[in-house]
Amino acid sequence: MSIVFTDVNYVYMAGTPFEQTALKNINLEIKQGEFVGIIGHTGSGKSTLVQHMNGILKPSQGTVSVEGIDLNAKGMPARNARRKVGMVFQYPEHQLFEETIYEDIAFGPRNLGLSSEEVERRVTSALQFVGLDREAFGKRSPFQLSGGQMRRVAIAGVIALEPEYLILDEPSAGLDPRGREEILEQILELHKTTETTVILVSHSMEEVAKLADRLIVMNDGMIGLDGPPQEVFRHGREKLAVAGVDVPSVCTLLAELSERGLTVEGMPLTPEAATDAILAARGRKR
Amino acid sequence: MEELIKTVNLGHSYVGPDGEIVTALKDITLTIHSGEFVAIIGTNGSGKSTLAKHFNGLLQPTAGQCLVNGHPTDSETYLWQIRQTVGMVFQNPDNQLVAAVVEEDVAFGPENLGVEPSEIVRRVDEALQLVDMTEYRLHPPHRLSGGQKQRIAIAGMLAMRPKCLVLDEPTAMLDPVGRKEVLKTVQNLNEKGMTIVYITHAMEEAVYAHRVVVVNQGSLALQGTPVEVFSQVERLKTLGLDVPVAADVAWRLREKGLSLPDTIITNKELAEALCP
Amino acid sequence: MLTDITLGQYFPGNSIIHRLDPRIKIFITLLFFGGIFLAGNYSSYGLLILFSGFIISKAGVPIKHIARSIKPLWLLILLTVSVHIFSTPGTVILNIGPLTATMEGLQQALFMTVRLVLLIIIASILTLTTSPLVLTDGVEHLLSPFRRIGLPAHEIAMMMTIALRFIPTLLEETDRIMKAQTARGADFIHGNILQRVKNMVPLLVPLFISAFRRADELAVAMEARCYRGGENRTRMKELKYHMRDWLAFVVALIVIACVGGLRWVAN
Repeated sequence: MSIVFTDVNYVYMAGTPFEQTALKNINLEIKQGEFVGIIGHTGSGKSTLVQHMNGILKPSQGTVSVEGIDLNAKGMPARNARRKVGMVFQYPEHQLFEETIYEDIAFGPRNLGLSSEEVERRVTSALQFVGLDREAFGKRSPFQLSGGQMRRVAIAGVIALEPEYLILDEPSAGLDPRGREEILEQILELHKTTETTVILVSHSMEEVAKLADRLIVMNDGMIGLDGPPQEVFRHGREKLAVAGVDVPSVCTLLAELSERGLTVEGMPLTPEAATDAILAARGRKR
Repeated sequence: MEELIKTVNLGHSYVGPDGEIVTALKDITLTIHSGEFVAIIGTNGSGKSTLAKHFNGLLQPTAGQCLVNGHPTDSETYLWQIRQTVGMVFQNPDNQLVAAVVEEDVAFGPENLGVEPSEIVRRVDEALQLVDMTEYRLHPPHRLSGGQKQRIAIAGMLAMRPKCLVLDEPTAMLDPVGRKEVLKTVQNLNEKGMTIVYITHAMEEAVYAHRVVVVNQGSLALQGTPVEVFSQVERLKTLGLDVPVAADVAWRLREKGLSLPDTIITNKELAEALCP
Repeated sequence: MLTDITLGQYFPGNSIIHRLDPRIKIFITLLFFGGIFLAGNYSSYGLLILFSGFIISKAGVPIKHIARSIKPLWLLILLTVSVHIFSTPGTVILNIGPLTATMEGLQQALFMTVRLVLLIIIASILTLTTSPLVLTDGVEHLLSPFRRIGLPAHEIAMMMTIALRFIPTLLEETDRIMKAQTARGADFIHGNILQRVKNMVPLLVPLFISAFRRADELAVAMEARCYRGGENRTRMKELKYHMRDWLAFVVALIVIACVGGLRWVAN
């Protein structure tokens, strides 16, 4: 049960002066139940990579399969396989179009041909996941909401498809710290309660490191690093620098401490964990 | 120092979509001096952008006053002079570039001011150099990265020879590389004497300012040097704002009984305090 | 992908035709169009063909590029040709069922084809050798005398400038929204016309909202840059007529006068 890339290459704008190889020889497996963070700077190929996961982009060479079925084959099995992967694009609030929040979230489920009871159930549950009350919000226009709320409605529109794999491209871009935290918490909650596989694309190591149990660092159309966050930060410093990705600020802080002679155990990624580790390290030192 | 922008009990309210009166800003008294680098921080909806739009007369106060160089921004006579003095860069890099070629876009401001053609060319050269974008002179903006587009937007303002730049969340839509580019450009300009008002919710950018002003629900909540503001970890957290990680960890360590100075905001300061 | 479309067909270069003032180029194009409709016999058409051959040779644009501009219109040409061949009365040369082709028809068809092809070639040379921005500038200058009768010349040019700037951005946006809605199961390809129009709603509504938002933000940004219409505005690049511009104009004037003369002589 997984998404598998086999020898995937992708050439962007083939045959024009802007031709560019965006993905080079990608081999990758994302297993069901994982929480994967994909990191890289703009143009590293991270968005191109995830757009292959639900068949929006077709590989120039190689195959992408979901649960063993080639996404770019013709016919129902491939179509059903594509439907298992939900995709939230950057600034998803720009795709809202219906008169009410309810109708907008129901758009996807209706396209799946579900009964109105099932659509209703899914909309209600999707709204719940993003922390919006169905009674209070269902009938309102999505365009009267704040930016953060609009973002959540748009994400709910994809959650309502009940995908087995959920891809989110920069879901927190442009939000303030509180809005960012709320959305990320809701995504984590969804991952835990429904066991949805989550693939989170970001250029902020800060947020991904805290959530993901596996990090993939993209650089120049290739996979630069792949492993648990702690491993990536411990062994991949140089490669991270090459990929133009920052390590989380906690790591920078601890590196500075280590240089001055206070080395902490493990690889804490949050201020809380770092505090405890510092206290423990000082205890040992005495 | 010379007072450049001054608000006196400034308030701003407007009629909302359901006919109710919304108070976006109340009783803001703030002075920005020539040559300063001021960061205005606050959550989305705190009113920080609304405040910024008063500084060059894009919005008019509904209470109190906003003065630029001593001239009220609501006076017709001085409006264009004020907009030339206080340049403004916006959040979305795409929606502020007018022309399909970089140099034409940078020339847009001076053209509006009726500057002589030869002088416009000189200003465009100079402005592109200041933001380090000279080699992109003939490129179409839509092929540039976000950070580059913002630098072009800054150049477009510089070509009008302002005294002050107000940047309204210029990095919110950019990636880390773009953020660094813009921040560095802004710091450079400040070192050359440009007054900077930098609106953001990214604390790691605000630490570079001389003074940090915190806006919350339309009022001034806090202001002071970065050290004075960011050492108030608890207060900022209740306002929904981040703090630099060193300040955060130092605060947590103090809570656990460690005695550390409460002025720590950088990694270096914390490292020095922990390992003297 | 929608973003693959390159806007306009400007072919960068530094030929004499590229360097001509856009106003002169527009004038000559209009003059040539006049010549096309003035011509009416073999000699006058011959002269026009020679003249356009001369322009092509000086334009520094590969003939392939110029030919490409005719391609989308071959159907129209074919239609014109057949209508003329079969509907002009005169000496019958061929009978196909109810249709009769005439000698005069053949000649008419030939003239019409030459007219259409020349029209397209000359118009494309204008756009191939003039960057959209410069063209806009030229249009503004040429329209400005009509400001006195209320024509918003500056505004028209400003609209063209902004359109040039934003078309690529909006195309990218369209691409993005299409992908996003496709990921939610929208179908923009299948179904009958009515369904397809209905299916466009999830694309068009967000696109309009975004375009309005952009327009709104752009207006504020332009205001912040002291834009207040065309009054007292200067331009970085002022259009100036050079000797070559006047020369080109005189040459074109003489050629077109000759075309008129040849026609008159024939009559």
